[in-house]
Amino acid sequence: MTMANRLAFSGVGVGFKAEHFDAILETRPDLGFFEIHAENYMGAGGPPHRRLEAIRERYPLSLHGVGLSIGSPGPLDHAHLARLARVAERYQPAVVSEHLAWSTHEGAFLNDLLPLPYTDETLGRVCEHIDLVQTTLKRSMLLENPSTYVAFAETTMSETEFLREIVRRTGCGLLLDVNNIFVGATNHGFDPYRYLADFPLASVGEIHLAGCADDRDDAGFPLLIDAHDSPVRDAVWPLYAEAIRRLGPTPTLIEWDNDVPAWPALFEEARRAQRALAETTDRKAERIDAV
Amino acid sequence: MPFEATIAAFAAALGDPAAPPPAGALGRLGVADSRRFSVYRNNVAVGLIGALEARYPVARRIVGPDVFRALARRFVYARRPRSPVMIAYGDDFPEFLEEAGAALDPPYLADVAALENAWVEAYHAEDAKAAGVVELAALAPAELPGARVEFHPAARLLRFAAPAASIWAAHQGDAKPAPPERWQGEEALVVRPDAAVAVHILPPGGYAFAARLREGATLADAAEALSNPDEFGTHLVGLVEAGAVRSIIPGDAS
Repeated sequence: MTMANRLAFSGVGVGFKAEHFDAILETRPDLGFFEIHAENYMGAGGPPHRRLEAIRERYPLSLHGVGLSIGSPGPLDHAHLARLARVAERYQPAVVSEHLAWSTHEGAFLNDLLPLPYTDETLGRVCEHIDLVQTTLKRSMLLENPSTYVAFAETTMSETEFLREIVRRTGCGLLLDVNNIFVGATNHGFDPYRYLADFPLASVGEIHLAGCADDRDDAGFPLLIDAHDSPVRDAVWPLYAEAIRRLGPTPTLIEWDNDVPAWPALFEEARRAQRALAETTDRKAERIDAV
Repeated sequence: MPFEATIAAFAAALGDPAAPPPAGALGRLGVADSRRFSVYRNNVAVGLIGALEARYPVARRIVGPDVFRALARRFVYARRPRSPVMIAYGDDFPEFLEEAGAALDPPYLADVAALENAWVEAYHAEDAKAAGVVELAALAPAELPGARVEFHPAARLLRFAAPAASIWAAHQGDAKPAPPERWQGEEALVVRPDAAVAVHILPPGGYAFAARLREGATLADAAEALSNPDEFGTHLVGLVEAGAVRSIIPGDAS
């Protein structure tokens, strides 16, 4: 397999879906990368690997794990970590990322990204898990800020403090999910721009953008669900622009995993992110010119 | 509360639809909030049920989406995935349906599901080059009786009391499925010699012959499973042409 340059990881990408494979190969869209869920490529063989090899020959990849359960109190599943290492070895992704969440309890996989309290104890456990991942993969990983629907009574520090300390202790990078900030801000009633200002931005290696769904909680407060089933919300674009203004150009993914649209519609959403990225970068260049 | 206890309480409440939300999982007013917690409970159930709906489209079409959802819901609460690799989840759903026994309507639903599961397993199986008739023809006649067969990693053998393979085939595509021409048991072979999964209905005796070969029997021993052992050549060529064979290990010619 001839590999696209592992280092050339920039611009806007989308999550790769099998139903878009033919359109992607025919139109060779001007995208920076494709992202895949690592667990979907842990089968022994078959068409999924053939499609991914064809994509990988043409584009850099971002490998996004959804099953490592880094936020579990218990030890990591070593067999699963070994599977992740094999996928990373085979496809040589530009980045490997996972979530600040848990998904496995006593051997049962719950297939969702579940929340954890932010305390000294949980911080220590998460850092041990990230150390093991990075040692096993022989590379640093990106950790994604979560969407959450509940807060824990025992939490003693903010999410941004928690992430900052993880970065300091493990040297990992961060995946900034801007939609998750919007979801969390709505669900818990904080200012998303304040969260962004508190976020350890120097460690961000990738950004996620996605759509979400509306609900209400018992008290009647709006509750947003990180559904990845629709276009990016209008309120998320200015937050993204602010993130890019602070960060500079950062590889950005459109995540669309449910009710996935036909390729032209998904590509149009990616184009919107490309325009936002270009506008912010241009404005920054103008300011530099003006100095 | 220690970390373990918090997560254990959360997991226990996820697994019991009637349970209240965990006391420490709070909403904006600082009290436990059942709507908020139900987002997680719903995500878990919908995700796992969705995995079964994707794996068993024909079974779902046969009983209809509502009945299938009810069956799948019972399954996902009874059997959580044991691995984060969801492409393996639900491989024991046919067995779960089988356990429903007489209560299952239609009774062949478990057989159709078994075929659909074999299809998914073949799809994700290790890639390998299948032996062709050229490799078979290269064997000297004297090497045949003692020859053994290594099956292709994607090959799956199934035996049904109902015409489940014909029923499955009739449900491919959007057209209204025609009922099977003859209501009789069927034996099926699922293969993926290259990119495409194929389902073949075996001729009578084909399952017993192939199953013996798969257990490591020689051709001569496997042929004993046929009502006419002299017909073993037809069965063997059929398996090879379908792409079910990875290699043929010649017997001792002496």
